[in-house]
Amino acid sequence: MSAPSATAPPAPAGPGPKSPAQRVPLRSKLFRFESAAAPYAYIAPFFLLFFAFGLFPLVYTMWISFHSYELGGEPEFTGWENYTWLFTSDDFYNALWNTFTLGVLSTVPQLLLALGLAHLLNYRMRARNFFRVSMMMPYATSVAASTLVFAQIFGRDAGLANWMLSLVGVDALDWRNGDLSAQIAISIIVIWRWTGYNALIYLAGMQSIPQDLYEAAALDGANRWQQFVHVTLPGLRPTILFTVVVSTIGATQLFGEPLLFGGVDGGALNQYQTLGLYMYQQGWAYGSLGRAATIAWVTFLLIIVLVLVNTALARWRDRDREGARR
Amino acid sequence: MTSTRKTTTAAVAAALSGALLLTSCSTTDTGSADAAAVDGKTPLTVSLFGTFGYEEAGLFEEYEQLNPDVTIQYESTQGENNYWPALQTKLASGNGAADIQGIEVGRIADVVANQPDKWTDLSTTAAGDQVGNYPEWKSAAATTEDGKVLGMGTDIGPMGLCYRSDLLEQAGLPTDPAELSARLGSWDDYVALGQEFKANAPAGAAWMDSAGGFYNAIISTEEEIYYDESGELVWDSNPAVKDAFDTAAAAAADGLTAKLEQFEDPAWDTGFGAGSFATIACPAWMVGYIKGKAGDAGAGKWNITSLPGGAGGNWGGAYLGIPASSQNKEEAAELVKWLTDPEQQAKVFETGGNFPSNTQAFDLVAGATDDYFQGAPIGEVFSDAAEAAPTQVLGEEDAVVKSALVQALLSVETNGVSPADAWESASDDLANQIG
Repeated sequence: MSAPSATAPPAPAGPGPKSPAQRVPLRSKLFRFESAAAPYAYIAPFFLLFFAFGLFPLVYTMWISFHSYELGGEPEFTGWENYTWLFTSDDFYNALWNTFTLGVLSTVPQLLLALGLAHLLNYRMRARNFFRVSMMMPYATSVAASTLVFAQIFGRDAGLANWMLSLVGVDALDWRNGDLSAQIAISIIVIWRWTGYNALIYLAGMQSIPQDLYEAAALDGANRWQQFVHVTLPGLRPTILFTVVVSTIGATQLFGEPLLFGGVDGGALNQYQTLGLYMYQQGWAYGSLGRAATIAWVTFLLIIVLVLVNTALARWRDRDREGARR
Repeated sequence: MTSTRKTTTAAVAAALSGALLLTSCSTTDTGSADAAAVDGKTPLTVSLFGTFGYEEAGLFEEYEQLNPDVTIQYESTQGENNYWPALQTKLASGNGAADIQGIEVGRIADVVANQPDKWTDLSTTAAGDQVGNYPEWKSAAATTEDGKVLGMGTDIGPMGLCYRSDLLEQAGLPTDPAELSARLGSWDDYVALGQEFKANAPAGAAWMDSAGGFYNAIISTEEEIYYDESGELVWDSNPAVKDAFDTAAAAAADGLTAKLEQFEDPAWDTGFGAGSFATIACPAWMVGYIKGKAGDAGAGKWNITSLPGGAGGNWGGAYLGIPASSQNKEEAAELVKWLTDPEQQAKVFETGGNFPSNTQAFDLVAGATDDYFQGAPIGEVFSDAAEAAPTQVLGEEDAVVKSALVQALLSVETNGVSPADAWESASDDLANQIG
């Protein structure tokens, strides 16, 4: 049986070109395996870490959210109970609304300011790099440090903010205990921290807009403002979408600033308790890990929905424009 | 072949780096639990929160000198609200907890009810002899139904009333502790005196710091608060709770409070020195807090007297426990015993103001005075308060109910919510939270 195969050509096995493959040496087999496997090995570190610290916590959080799990106790399966509790809890809707208003109060001025700053920094001027770098300073400051300083600034009895208000004849505000005043104070901390970061991203976007577009616009008689509106803004649209998405995610997860500004209750009337604070309160102040996990998952889904809405809006506008052009 | 080797090296490196990260996490965890024995000495880890005062009074060092075969590693987390959740995860995983852990009085009911298997029964250890030296209520709170003692008392919080004699003088009120106490026969007298103060008060000074603090002071003199004797949650039907809430809310609505949230509002801390409020309900541990926050600005201005009517109350206090996971239970129990001995508790009181829970230490501190508080006999004031303090019924959800009511009182002060609405909304919150 073995003799013919050793002597006769292996023609019946298949067409000519395939035959050398059967005699492939180990060396080139490994070679081929390598080229197939190498990319996976290179990306493995990321995915191993992602599975361990990203995906697993996500799935485990979902598992916990279907259990009644008290801190220090054992998880006990309760099905959808945590979710019905959450959706019938007034505090949840309050936190949702606060997250929304704080998000609008902090994100909208922040992005507008960043856009203006980036536009100014895009001009030729002295010490331009100094200004660009100094814009990043707040971003490099720790949330804890800056919030504690701002808590002093917005202090009722000896705060800088009230002193400045007194200069223009406005009565002292009890910033942290008011409704709108506390939200404004927290928004200012957020704006202070993130405006420079966004401005730098806009600046990078602006610099990738070809100069000849501006020249062409100038030849057509467009002034600086018209150039900004008709050249800069359209050119920046992908960048703006990116910052809107990132800021929306950040605003939905707002946590450190309100916590350090006023504590886990978010004010006497929970007037600045965000979803993040509400989750923290359930998990670590009340020890209800199951409920906290539920809030975490609902927040996660909310963020996904918000991001999808953002991108869908952008795409819808794109199609709209193309349609208009045709 | 070389390239193949590179690939495998890369793969191995990838796997390793992941593994390294994982192990590095777990080693740091266990590191704090069982520190390696040095020179054959027994290492004991002690993990506490806030300021127990042992390190400050040099007690750990003294113990190491008395027991050369023991080394003590001590760490402390400032906020109890951060300390406790972290400890819970360590207890749940059975690793990472220290040999000796502090337990706040608000948590002891939870420990006794839900975690008896995670802590060591101290009654069978060297520390067991100490049990009989506590006021009955202090040791009973740490004892399970089947007689296990899970914590040894460190300090208690007998109540006094701290006041700024300079502000009282400016408002024409008595500044001598005895004279002031003669004017204060009841909480109603205290509020009435507040009205008198308000009428002549120096600018920017309120009668008391916060409605929440006032509420806690009234409630600290009660036996049954949020739970009754049988362990039933009765906070919403207990007239003592409602009365205390209404009294505090009325004072808030009358503008007798400085509207400063305790421990959260930065202006509360600065108010001790700046004179934002003239009086504050003062558990023994608050004495150290006032000194720390008011500093030189308040030296010689604060004084202290007993609660209205000479009532005894208790607010706060703590225990020491040994987690079941400890590898050095015997040695840890010896240290717990020594730290809770009368002599050591008296030393802690002298340096930090934490009042002894060991009744045998009462005599040792009875004569203590405090120069910062104008030489006030703080030992006598707090000893009397401790002896008059009721046996309080503690429960698992005490902290949740208390924080909801204190938050509601803050809304009366700062947001103009009517007392009735505030009570209503606290009830709704609590119904949603603990059913």
